Amino acid sequence: MVNSKGFKENDVSTNKKFTFNLKLYTMIIALVGIWIIFAIATKGDFLTSRNMSNLFRQMVSTAVLAIGMVFVIIAGQIDLSVGSLLGLTGGIAAIANVWFHFNGILSIIIALAVGLILGAWNGWWVAYKNVPSFIVTLAGMLVFRGILIGITNGYTIAPLSNDFQFIGQAYLTPVSGYLLGIIVLLVGAYTTYSQRKSKIKYGLEVSPSYLDIAKIILMVVLIGLFVFTLNSYNGIPFSVLILAILAAIFTYIASKTVFGRRVYALGGNIEAAKLSGINVKKITLILFAINGLLAAVSGVVLTSTLNAGSTSAGQNAELDAIAACVIGGASLSGGVGSVIGAIIGALVMASINNGMSLLNSAPFWQYVVKGLILLIAVYIDAASKNKE
Amino acid sequence: MGDFILEMKNITKEFSGVKALDNVNLKVKKGEIHGLCGENGAGKSTLMKILSGVYPHGTFSGEIIFDGRELKLNNIKDAEDAGIGIIYQELSLVKELSVSENIFIGNEPNKNGIIDFDRMYYETKILLDKLNLNINPNVPVKNLGIGQQQLVEIAKALSKNVSLLILDEPTSSLTDADVEILFKILRQLKDNGVTCIYISHKLNEVMEITDRITVQRDGKTVGSEDTKNLTESEIIKMMVGRELTNLFPKEEHQIGKEILEVKNFSVYDSKSSSKKIVDNVSFTLKEGEILGIAGLIGAGRTELVSSIFGSYQGKHEGEIYLEGKKINIRNPDEALNYGIAMVPEDRKGQGLINILSVRNNMTLSNIESYKNNFGSVDENKEIVDVKKYIEMLKIKVSHFDLAVKNLSGGNQQKVVLAKNLLRNPKILILDEPTRGIDVGAKYEIYKLIYELVKSGISIIMVSSELPEVIGLSDRIVVMHEGKKKGEFVNKDVTQEMIMECAIGGK
Ligand SMILES: Nc1ncnc2c1ncn2[C@@H]1O[C@H](COP(=O)(O)OP(=O)(O)OP(=O)(O)O)[C@@H](O)[C@H]1O
Ligand SMILES: [Mg+2]
Repeated sequence: MVNSKGFKENDVSTNKKFTFNLKLYTMIIALVGIWIIFAIATKGDFLTSRNMSNLFRQMVSTAVLAIGMVFVIIAGQIDLSVGSLLGLTGGIAAIANVWFHFNGILSIIIALAVGLILGAWNGWWVAYKNVPSFIVTLAGMLVFRGILIGITNGYTIAPLSNDFQFIGQAYLTPVSGYLLGIIVLLVGAYTTYSQRKSKIKYGLEVSPSYLDIAKIILMVVLIGLFVFTLNSYNGIPFSVLILAILAAIFTYIASKTVFGRRVYALGGNIEAAKLSGINVKKITLILFAINGLLAAVSGVVLTSTLNAGSTSAGQNAELDAIAACVIGGASLSGGVGSVIGAIIGALVMASINNGMSLLNSAPFWQYVVKGLILLIAVYIDAASKNKE
Repeated sequence: MGDFILEMKNITKEFSGVKALDNVNLKVKKGEIHGLCGENGAGKSTLMKILSGVYPHGTFSGEIIFDGRELKLNNIKDAEDAGIGIIYQELSLVKELSVSENIFIGNEPNKNGIIDFDRMYYETKILLDKLNLNINPNVPVKNLGIGQQQLVEIAKALSKNVSLLILDEPTSSLTDADVEILFKILRQLKDNGVTCIYISHKLNEVMEITDRITVQRDGKTVGSEDTKNLTESEIIKMMVGRELTNLFPKEEHQIGKEILEVKNFSVYDSKSSSKKIVDNVSFTLKEGEILGIAGLIGAGRTELVSSIFGSYQGKHEGEIYLEGKKINIRNPDEALNYGIAMVPEDRKGQGLINILSVRNNMTLSNIESYKNNFGSVDENKEIVDVKKYIEMLKIKVSHFDLAVKNLSGGNQQKVVLAKNLLRNPKILILDEPTRGIDVGAKYEIYKLIYELVKSGISIIMVSSELPEVIGLSDRIVVMHEGKKKGEFVNKDVTQEMIMECAIGGK
């Protein structure tokens, strides 16, 4: 454990990468624990490839919301409007497609544009008019839901055209699934290699090569298992592919880009961020706009999966998204959180929904269990911090 | 002198494997003012946090004997109940609450649980009068300058009836006049039998006020001695481990043509837009010049420089010319783009992002410059720079990805400095740059300032430490109640001349 500079790895207890990994590992262990419990309780039904495929499809809409939400939370804000916005944009897409006979692509583009604009609207009030985000988005939650009920007249709008249904219901062919897996692996291996090379170029310490090799082997196993499981049913669901792409893009933004760094800084101490020359207003506006856009993506996927737009779509979804972020290690006081964490949090929530439905337990139990899991997750995090 | 009121024996405290304190012993006699000296990161604050219950019993090894009994503290309240009060190095006031609410937080005067605001106001007023502090007890703390906040912090400690008072760098943002008042109060306390532990990097103060001094180095006790048997340079030698003859390494540097001109500059209060805090100030700055700005707390120095930098909330008027061209700075981003950087006065509130790492803090301002073709941050290039500055400024930190809140106060200050240097400014504004920094590190920073001016950077330095202003500056502007009272070319200038000007005389 002692590296060349003479201090133990443990010293770096607040090293971002390190704590991030520690949190990530505990979360993954918790997730595996939940899966094992359900696997036993359902006598293996939970782990069938069919159910896994369903589980991943069910998590998409919460996970996409959580990706946007985690940025907002890291910046020290909150967005309560995304559930209603999900419903509204899904409804608009459905109306465009079903009532006005626009093709799927155009309907989706309209919905995404609306999401982006309404997200920016939220952001503008928060950033430039200094209204607290809790209030702005609480208002948005009411207004957006109201508009949805107004424009749909309370009707459920169905059925969608085929090119729209595609998003939520299509699967990749097994061959393209494997191909995709291989491409991801190659990219992963290449970045590991090039990071190593760059470290050597700058004369920095490199981790021992067996660690890098172990990392790559782990990637091979996980991706292989993932693709194999989904391929044994219908193949990788197209909506899951969308989620994976969004996850990759936003992980990259959060951890690797200038923009990401600034979001963390903003949430950590807005005054210091300002004095460091960061345009906090602009970043806040962009964050809410992105969040609106992702709510629309989520709305489109959900509408397509259900093959219908309805007035109740996305009700309470914002709370699931916030819970996912927090289970995934984000802190509501800002400055802390990760995209991967939020997605795993969403997977935890979806697993509970899915597993308990398999067990035919009454819906009220799902609420109780999800609530308690949220509480325990945050408690464990807080307790481990106190011990430091 | 009587017995020891306090004995800390063989105290060892580790932070995940690193020893911040290594078998430290401290003995304090009843009724004395005991100085605690040591470089940044020597472990002074850590030791005091143990004594005041921040790090409870069981999180360290060793024992504390206080007033003849072994002390096992579980929290801060326990320490307060035992009669130990502390003024922390970093301000710990609730910004949104009023002065009086802050002072009486935790023991509000009340009748059946209902706060007696009138009594609270009245008692606050008495305390503030003692400190010669003329502020309304009802104003929120966030409206006060940092020096006034420090005085409020002192008042808060005084409001509790303590038998041992710990002062961890109480004067780091006080001017000399305020320090005198504080000393008067400390002497009164001493006459009443209160014991004090006094931590400061200002050795002249330590020499003046303390009876006995203990020096710490690298988490170990170097020794204790009666103050009257010591000289400043002997303390320095114990602290640093070597002789340090000249505190101000004055170096020749070329002063070039004029780079900045500030003309008829006025700043209005951010709360009431009719009140002028800076009134019609003009000055110039030349290439490679160090311009000192002296004055008392409340003279408007911080408001002046932070308005120039674009970070002050209140309105301002007047003109700024950079290299002859008129410029208009509306926010720090624009200032930085013009090549003007600033190290702010309030390190914790404005300088640092506590929960982020040393690395992320350092590169916050110049992060754009590590952007590679994919729009991402080239972390390796970044780390190379971070390591370079950690070495150059001798920042004591076990790893650059440690959260900055875990650093000692002085090392935090160096991180803020590094952040601004990484931005490669043409003009660097330093607002109290050596606040809370030890003599050795100060020397390093002064040397660095000379390196900077030699490479053509111009410096505006606001400082309440007159020796520093005089020891470093090429020219000195003195402010009094928002107005420019005088300007001195630094030749045969004495502290008295500056002081007289600063209090409005002359
Ligand atoms: N919570 C913590 N986690 C890890 N290391 C810490 C923590 N608190 C303090 N340290 C380390 O312990 C050492 C002593 O710090 P301390 O704050 O006591 O120094 P100090 O003597 O008060 O210095 P200064 O004069 O700069 O205030 C430093 O090296 C610091 O980095
Ligand atoms: Mg300290």
